[in-house]
Amino acid sequence: MYSTNTYRFSFLILTIILIVCFFANISLGSVSIPVKDVFNSLLGNTIENEAWQHIIQNYRLPKAFTAVLVGSGLGISGLLMQTLFRNPLAGPFVLGITSGASLGVALVIMGASLFGSFFATLLLTKWSLVIAASLGSFLVLLAVIMVSAKVRDTMAILIIGLMFGSITAAVVSVLSYFSSAEQLQQYIFWGFGSLGNLSWNELLIFLLVYCFGILFSIISLKSLNTLLLGENYAKSLGVNIKQSRFIIIIATSLLAGTITAFAGPIAFIGLAIPHITRQVFNTSNHKILLPAVFIFGAIVMLICDSIAQLPTSDYTLPINAITSLIGAPIVIWLLVRKRKMIF
Amino acid sequence: MKLVSKHIILKTEALSIGYKSKKSQTIVASNINIELFKGELVGLIGANGIGKSTLLRTLSKVQPDLNGTILVHNKNVAQYNSTELAKTLSLVLTEQIVSKNLSVFELVALGRQPYTNWVGNLTKNDINIVNQSINQTNIEELKHKRCFELSDGQLQKVMIARALAQDTDLIILDEPTTHLDVYHKTSILKLLQKMTKDSKKTILFSSHEIDLTIQLCDKLIIMTDGKVLIDTPENHIKQGNFNSLFPKDLITFNKTTKTFKIKK
Repeated sequence: MYSTNTYRFSFLILTIILIVCFFANISLGSVSIPVKDVFNSLLGNTIENEAWQHIIQNYRLPKAFTAVLVGSGLGISGLLMQTLFRNPLAGPFVLGITSGASLGVALVIMGASLFGSFFATLLLTKWSLVIAASLGSFLVLLAVIMVSAKVRDTMAILIIGLMFGSITAAVVSVLSYFSSAEQLQQYIFWGFGSLGNLSWNELLIFLLVYCFGILFSIISLKSLNTLLLGENYAKSLGVNIKQSRFIIIIATSLLAGTITAFAGPIAFIGLAIPHITRQVFNTSNHKILLPAVFIFGAIVMLICDSIAQLPTSDYTLPINAITSLIGAPIVIWLLVRKRKMIF
Repeated sequence: MKLVSKHIILKTEALSIGYKSKKSQTIVASNINIELFKGELVGLIGANGIGKSTLLRTLSKVQPDLNGTILVHNKNVAQYNSTELAKTLSLVLTEQIVSKNLSVFELVALGRQPYTNWVGNLTKNDINIVNQSINQTNIEELKHKRCFELSDGQLQKVMIARALAQDTDLIILDEPTTHLDVYHKTSILKLLQKMTKDSKKTILFSSHEIDLTIQLCDKLIIMTDGKVLIDTPENHIKQGNFNSLFPKDLITFNKTTKTFKIKK
């Protein structure tokens, strides 16, 4: 039915799972901290071991929040793109956002030596990578939007986004060819993605942009549902296609753009979470899908991050690999079990 | 002669339709003057490629006209904003809907979009109208099914119910009977006829079912090369307009049986 009531129970369960995952994520890590102390620290009580206090409040807590924002944001932007492009293979990065970001980062890391050693050290701070990624994805996106304003066909935008991706990938290849092994390694490390490097201040900026992205997504809810009928039907129902398309693209770019800037290119989540959600909720109504994708995205990201931390060991695996390793089998399993794709 | 002042829903004056590009324009048909009255079932017939879809698309503002005016409720269609037009004119197109996972109720409810608030919440009134539309089109038993479970004929009825829920005076359908057998073709056209009688809708649809449209429609628009004629089926037959519909080498129109016969 066309209401959220039927899904209230599922939402309740999912929210509980989300909260459990959130605390589990904070409790697990390379340093094992007793659960009691974790709770005490979260409640604001001082705990005996100051190092533990520091780890939880300045490292694990912001990391868990980052995981929630990254997972939910990528999931939602994937959902928007799949509906807009009527394509189950679309994800948040079809508009060339990752490729733009990677171009920006590649230019800073591998091109830094061109500017001389003084600039090289200046350029290679963390903020410069964030700015380079944002600028790169913004510029590529701007190009895609400018071109797409001229074409009427939404599918053309999809292809234009992919073409821009190819161009930037080619430029990155050329840059890699001329760069040192050390620079290449640094670039590859950025490509692994990371949730754990954000301070509270950075997280605040992240959250602000994220909220705008979510706001634009909520504004688009009605037109997204109408787009399920196809663009011509949507038009006949009074939807201003160009305007809604623009708002949806802006929402996606804000979400996927900041996430890539702060956490690197996180693969798979944006493509898969909407599918997982549709399999479980079995609806196409975006008023239900949007909050459901939010929760699913956050849960999956928290689980992936907990695994990537390899609890009690000193190693941390690249988050980008874990998301695909954990997520892909889930999607395959769901599709095989239900034997049909819901779209 | 009896003087009946009937309410004109749609009127075109010297309308030209076709395609425009930067350098040239292709005229598909010109000097189209038609009037559609309240509660009329109007069929649009013509050979393949003559411009039926172009005419319907132009009338529904999906594509721009080349010349002339289209008046809906005596107001130029160009002056309508998109929501106003959506409350006056609804469409059933030949294209497939994107998501077949929608339930029938959800799909029909999307017809209420021009009336709902910014997130698209349905009020009690909206739900009543959706249920009414479902009842009128006799698809109650499909209400909770999903669209991929429906046959072509059932899906067409659901799309008509959606147009009905949009609560517009004029409904335009592009070839609503394609892919259906003769029984289901008749059932769709009967349904359209019932809608014009019961709820005084004006319905314009294109079709290749000449014998069925002759039996069911109040008026027929015959599109031929160079001419667009609107009249009652009887008058069309009297004036022999059906003979100009197709090239004359293979078939002729038989006035007594009201059907096309193959030339011997």
